[in-house]
Amino acid sequence: MLKRTPLFDVHVRSGGRMVEFGGWEMPVQYTSIVDEHLAVRKAAGIFDIAHMGEVMVSGEAAADFLNHSLTNDIRKLFIGLGQYTLMCNERGGVVDDLYAYRLGENEYLLIINASRIDADVEWLNQLWNAFPAREKVTLRNVSDTTGAVAIQGPAVSTFINSCFTGKSTGGLHVECANDLKKNEIGQFDFNGDLVWVSRTGYTGEDGFEVVAENGLLTAIWDKVCESGKASGLVPAGLGARDTLRTEVCYPLYGHELDENTTPIEAGVGSFVALDKGDFVGKTTLASQKAGGVTRKCVAFKMTDKSPPPRPQYTIWKAGDTSAPIGTVVSGTQSPSLSLGIGMGYVPATDAKPGTPLEIEIRGRRFPAVTVGKPIYRK
Amino acid sequence: MSNVPDKLKYAKSHEWVRVEGDTATVGITDHAQHELTDVVFVELPKAGRSVGAGEACAVVESVKTASDIYSPVSGVVTELNPGVVSNPALANTDPYGAGWFYKIKLTNPAETSSLLTAAQYKSQIGG
Repeated sequence: MLKRTPLFDVHVRSGGRMVEFGGWEMPVQYTSIVDEHLAVRKAAGIFDIAHMGEVMVSGEAAADFLNHSLTNDIRKLFIGLGQYTLMCNERGGVVDDLYAYRLGENEYLLIINASRIDADVEWLNQLWNAFPAREKVTLRNVSDTTGAVAIQGPAVSTFINSCFTGKSTGGLHVECANDLKKNEIGQFDFNGDLVWVSRTGYTGEDGFEVVAENGLLTAIWDKVCESGKASGLVPAGLGARDTLRTEVCYPLYGHELDENTTPIEAGVGSFVALDKGDFVGKTTLASQKAGGVTRKCVAFKMTDKSPPPRPQYTIWKAGDTSAPIGTVVSGTQSPSLSLGIGMGYVPATDAKPGTPLEIEIRGRRFPAVTVGKPIYRK
Repeated sequence: MSNVPDKLKYAKSHEWVRVEGDTATVGITDHAQHELTDVVFVELPKAGRSVGAGEACAVVESVKTASDIYSPVSGVVTELNPGVVSNPALANTDPYGAGWFYKIKLTNPAETSSLLTAAQYKSQIGG
């Protein structure tokens, strides 16, 4: 039985085409992936991300526990700031990638992937059980009662204050939601209820994410749609979310990241803080940062007319027929660039931008070239 | 509501067929293009290829997925539409006109009588 978010009825009434994603029934698109994608790049879009998980971590030793469990340095967070970070296993493989926000002195919010909620909570509980100061740390998985929406695009800053009004009352103290800077989070009023608003997203555009009790999500969705309509805001589905994040090379768990891949191989080593003391996975990650890795996640563009590259397609070195060198993990037709783009794992020796590749599509090879990340830049 | 022209024949797998003498023109239906949305690539069979009814012989790619297109009739491919290859969006904007896929010389014209009529296809797609 697929799970549904509190916004399911909203999607159906908005013409959303519902598909399975990580055990959830989610809208892949409402009108067209390309139209929704371009609306987010040029104006604004709203996404249901209520399937994602939320874990509250609190207590005197919460920061120590998170610094032991996650790769980035949680001590860099002032109250009202968030950071991208990863949770690794002892081998340095990625259990999940996530956002960690500091909401109060000893209060943290983790936003985790929908498909990883059970695995993350189990792993965090295991780490908690082995953590010496565990009595000073409380973990609460609030995924079932808490949801979120993402409001993304260059026009969002023009109407966000009319959706979430007044000064913040928690997190970072700011005069209005639009005063938040990248990665900052504050608590704001929404029709008499309190919601968390952060300046974050997964599209490469300016934008906000709103975390709220499930019961508020439909009213938030409707209010944002009404406030953003004049600016060109449209509801956007998982299809556009995937093409947007692929253009800017943000990793997606299950594609670029899994338990047998390290953050260094995936190209997100800048979110691994080796100077913060001991943490889970550090031994492998430190040796990879110092000594290098054997395979790397590269971005590539197709160079001729070709079918779009797709996950699982085989990567060859151009002109070399002896053996394939890797596998595509994300691939699509880029709506912004109108050409095939993707990411894949290849030997580190073939990872330099400008390396000619061939992507095998239905038995034929099409030329491609590795490029720097992000693939799309404004 | 999808457009289903009365004068065409249809396959359950959402292709249309226009029979003219011993030749047929094949494309995908308005319903199919609407389901696919945003066609970004069309791969057609080579001219001269023999295809059987129900055989996968073309591929249509949207942003999200690749879908096989099945020949509704048996025959030898005689002509491809270069327009839809260079501008795949024609499959979305004009599926029964400029977005046609290929022409085929029928080797078993009797097959066309088992294709769906417009009314039958409409009822299949719930239109």
